[in-house]
Amino acid sequence: MRSRLGAFYVAVLMLLLVLPLVVVGGVSLNGGQNLRFPPQDASFRWYGELFRAADWTGPLRNSLVIAAVAALIAVAVALPLALHAWGRGGALSRVLYTLGVAPFMLPPVITALGFLVFWVALGMYGQMAATILSHGIFLVTLPLVTTSLGLQGIDPALLEAARTMGATRGQVLRTVVLPLALPYIISGYAFAFVLSLNEYIIAYMVAGFTVETLPIKIFNSLRYGYSPIMGVVSVLFVGLAILVYGAIGIFGNLPRLLGAEQVREG
Amino acid sequence: MSGRDAATPTWLGLIPGVVLAALFLVPFGIMLAVSVALRDPSGSGFYTWGFELQSYARVFTFFVGRILFVSMTIAAGAAVISVALALPFTVILAQMSRRAQTVILVILLSVLSLSEVIIGFSVSTLLSQTAGVGNLLALLRITEQPRAYTPSLFALMTGLCYLTFPYSVLVLYPPVARLDPELVEASRTMGASPLRTFFGVTVPLLRAPILGALILVFVFALGSYLLPQVLGRPEHWTLSVHITDQAVYQSNLPFAAAMAVVLLLAALALVGLALLVARERRAA
Amino acid sequence: MHDLSLRGLTKRFGSVAAVDDLTLDIPGGKFICLLGPSGCGKTTLLRLVAGLEEPTAGRILVGGQDQTDTPTHRRNFGMVFQSLALFPHLSVGDNVAYPLAIRGTPRAQRRARAEELLALVQLPGMADRRVHQLSGGQRQRVAIARGLAIDPRLFLLDEPLSALDANLREHMQIELRQLQTRLGVTTVVVTHDQKEALTMADVVIVMDQGRVQQMGAPMEVYRNPANAFVAGFIGTSNLLPGRLLDTSTLDISGQRLALGPGDRVKCPPGPAILSVRPEDVRFGPDGLPAHVTFIRDLGESVQIILDHAGQEVTALFSPRERPEVAIGHAVTLTFAPGGCVVLAP
Ligand SMILES: Nc1ncnc2c1ncn2[C@@H]1O[C@H](COP(=O)(O)OP(=O)(O)OP(=O)(O)O)[C@@H](O)[C@H]1O
Ligand SMILES: [Mg+2]
Repeated sequence: MRSRLGAFYVAVLMLLLVLPLVVVGGVSLNGGQNLRFPPQDASFRWYGELFRAADWTGPLRNSLVIAAVAALIAVAVALPLALHAWGRGGALSRVLYTLGVAPFMLPPVITALGFLVFWVALGMYGQMAATILSHGIFLVTLPLVTTSLGLQGIDPALLEAARTMGATRGQVLRTVVLPLALPYIISGYAFAFVLSLNEYIIAYMVAGFTVETLPIKIFNSLRYGYSPIMGVVSVLFVGLAILVYGAIGIFGNLPRLLGAEQVREG
Repeated sequence: MSGRDAATPTWLGLIPGVVLAALFLVPFGIMLAVSVALRDPSGSGFYTWGFELQSYARVFTFFVGRILFVSMTIAAGAAVISVALALPFTVILAQMSRRAQTVILVILLSVLSLSEVIIGFSVSTLLSQTAGVGNLLALLRITEQPRAYTPSLFALMTGLCYLTFPYSVLVLYPPVARLDPELVEASRTMGASPLRTFFGVTVPLLRAPILGALILVFVFALGSYLLPQVLGRPEHWTLSVHITDQAVYQSNLPFAAAMAVVLLLAALALVGLALLVARERRAA
Repeated sequence: MHDLSLRGLTKRFGSVAAVDDLTLDIPGGKFICLLGPSGCGKTTLLRLVAGLEEPTAGRILVGGQDQTDTPTHRRNFGMVFQSLALFPHLSVGDNVAYPLAIRGTPRAQRRARAEELLALVQLPGMADRRVHQLSGGQRQRVAIARGLAIDPRLFLLDEPLSALDANLREHMQIELRQLQTRLGVTTVVVTHDQKEALTMADVVIVMDQGRVQQMGAPMEVYRNPANAFVAGFIGTSNLLPGRLLDTSTLDISGQRLALGPGDRVKCPPGPAILSVRPEDVRFGPDGLPAHVTFIRDLGESVQIILDHAGQEVTALFSPRERPEVAIGHAVTLTFAPGGCVVLAP
């Protein structure tokens, strides 16, 4: 299938994939309060508005705080779990690993409802901490998978070499394992950050009426009054995702991270 | 990982163990308890603890049955279309240079991580009266007047395919990328055309991964919540929408929980099936 | 200058005894080569000594102290792995200084010592390079420098030169040997290249199936193999089955062969194997009848392959001594005085 036909097929699908984003980008440039494409009286007016209009800056700040902290929690849970599964194996670590991956395999509404009743029972329903913790647990999967991949790529001889040179188990972890896994841990953090930023249903169910995030705000705007700011937020989200994944693609090995090869490196 | 002792201390597993048990298993346990709790008739609180199967009785009614049927049909349709489009795409992608692969993967990942809200908004804008397709067709004088194509089943399916296509590619990517290229080359040297090779060699070799991908994409589409509301009509609403509706607007948590438990069991069964299929492939 | 002693050292993997009841005393300050065919347990033995594997039975003593239960990181050995195991995330200098960093040596001191070690292995000024910017031979030297950083009590190397091309390997063999002589550290090198073992070692230990077959100075092992396995494994040997009639007479396929005073007999009368090095095979007026089957000119020597009663015999001559024979010629074989070793079959 290395024919021209194949390349054409890929190009057409990529074009279709990018098309809605182009339209949204165009819409965000409208001068007035309307969603036309091609845009009329093109200006960057709404880009400034996002950071000025009080009803958008709040959700913007909420989203950023939630994503930053939740991704940190996800890494904090995933890292010891990945290390444990890698260093010991065994039934317990398999069970834990499955638990870590499970939230991502199921329809998110189930997890969302689970968190809803949980926080209601604890009396934390509607608080930002609830959203953050829920996202943190929901997104454990991503750093768990990337970190495990990174750990599997480490040559066991490096660990033995460190031991023969006098390093204790803790020192081996600190001076060899963590530095080598760091790029994968950072990738995991980045994945979790981007996905938390875009997550809707859990944020909505756990604290949708009190802690508005950007996706919730966009959805509300879809119902109660369109504004080109929605286009602006979409453009920023797409831009951020491309930036993050692009960086991983440039500094890391994206095909390997997504499971293309089983080679060792490092 | 020396021959003498493990690379990590034992207590390291305790942290994720405790956290996941407390924040993941306990919520599911509570949800299970809520699904058999008594609905508070006063409407002030959500429910009172107790045991009754009334919520489950309601799940197995014609009303919920139809919702489940609609959800599954829509999800299955989206899964089949997406995987059918994604399979040749992935096969070609895996043969590209690492650079080209990285660029395309970056775009796919970016689209995949986009909020359903944004995808819904983008597709609805594209299909709206004032922007995108409607406008374009009017400009080209194919139609008299710009018209909107949303909300409709067509818009919903477009949105769902847009949502699931990158996911399908990424699910198919590992098995396709690890496929021995010599098998395909062997077929080519024996005179088979690229198309014939694709259907005669590549597809049969990938039968198990394709089946696994279909199931996973189906579950993924089943979970979509915003697209049916933004792009579809009320009759296209999925179980996810109804669960949220019951939980948040009707304040009927026990019923919502019962539906979620049923959805959970269905999804678990399907994911288990997908994993089983994948394992059989490895054993073969 | 620490001696290494093994007492009944055994390591089993399931039913396989990778190292089988080994008892050895290796004198301090020497350069030892562990030699043997693939799978004979060399790596396992080295890993046992380093503490990377737990012995099934037996003790390990270094400088008279029992080390069997000392964890790897407290043994203060230096080790070079076959894959080198250089840390890709550290610079060359930091790799070399890693054992010092682990022991809390101050940065400036570490830096100075790394420079000193790099100079020792002829890589001065390379401390700030990344590992992947080095050639294979340079990486080898970095790994050696790293292994020597703490003045180890024992220096263990597992096939350190096997990844290098032939020229570089010979060069590194000499360099490694000179380095060891200068530092006097007790060094154990695993290799399956017998030429390498003969050029570098003070003491060669030949292993097979987890057991020591012979231990001794290289020329001693070469000239005087303890058994047929060693004779066949070290260098090329002609091994001819026969019968030992009495302590000085051998019967090879019906031909009587008188053994001289320099020849060695290592088995009682009865079935035996005669081991003769190719360079000790001569053509003479009377001896074993044979005919030439092939002649190979190797430049520095000439190899003549012969057939004696269905047995292949190889003879080696310098070009100057090359006899006037051609393929098919009949000759009679004699053996140089002191060239015969009679072994148990
Ligand atoms: N971790 C292990 N588990 C099971 N068997 C092992 C293990 N390590 C080694 N063995 C077995 O022990 C025997 C000796 O292996 P070892 O690696 O010591 O051989 P070696 O002499 O180093 O060989 P080579 O020259 O090929 O490196 C082999 O039969 C091998 O299969
Ligand atoms: Mg070995």
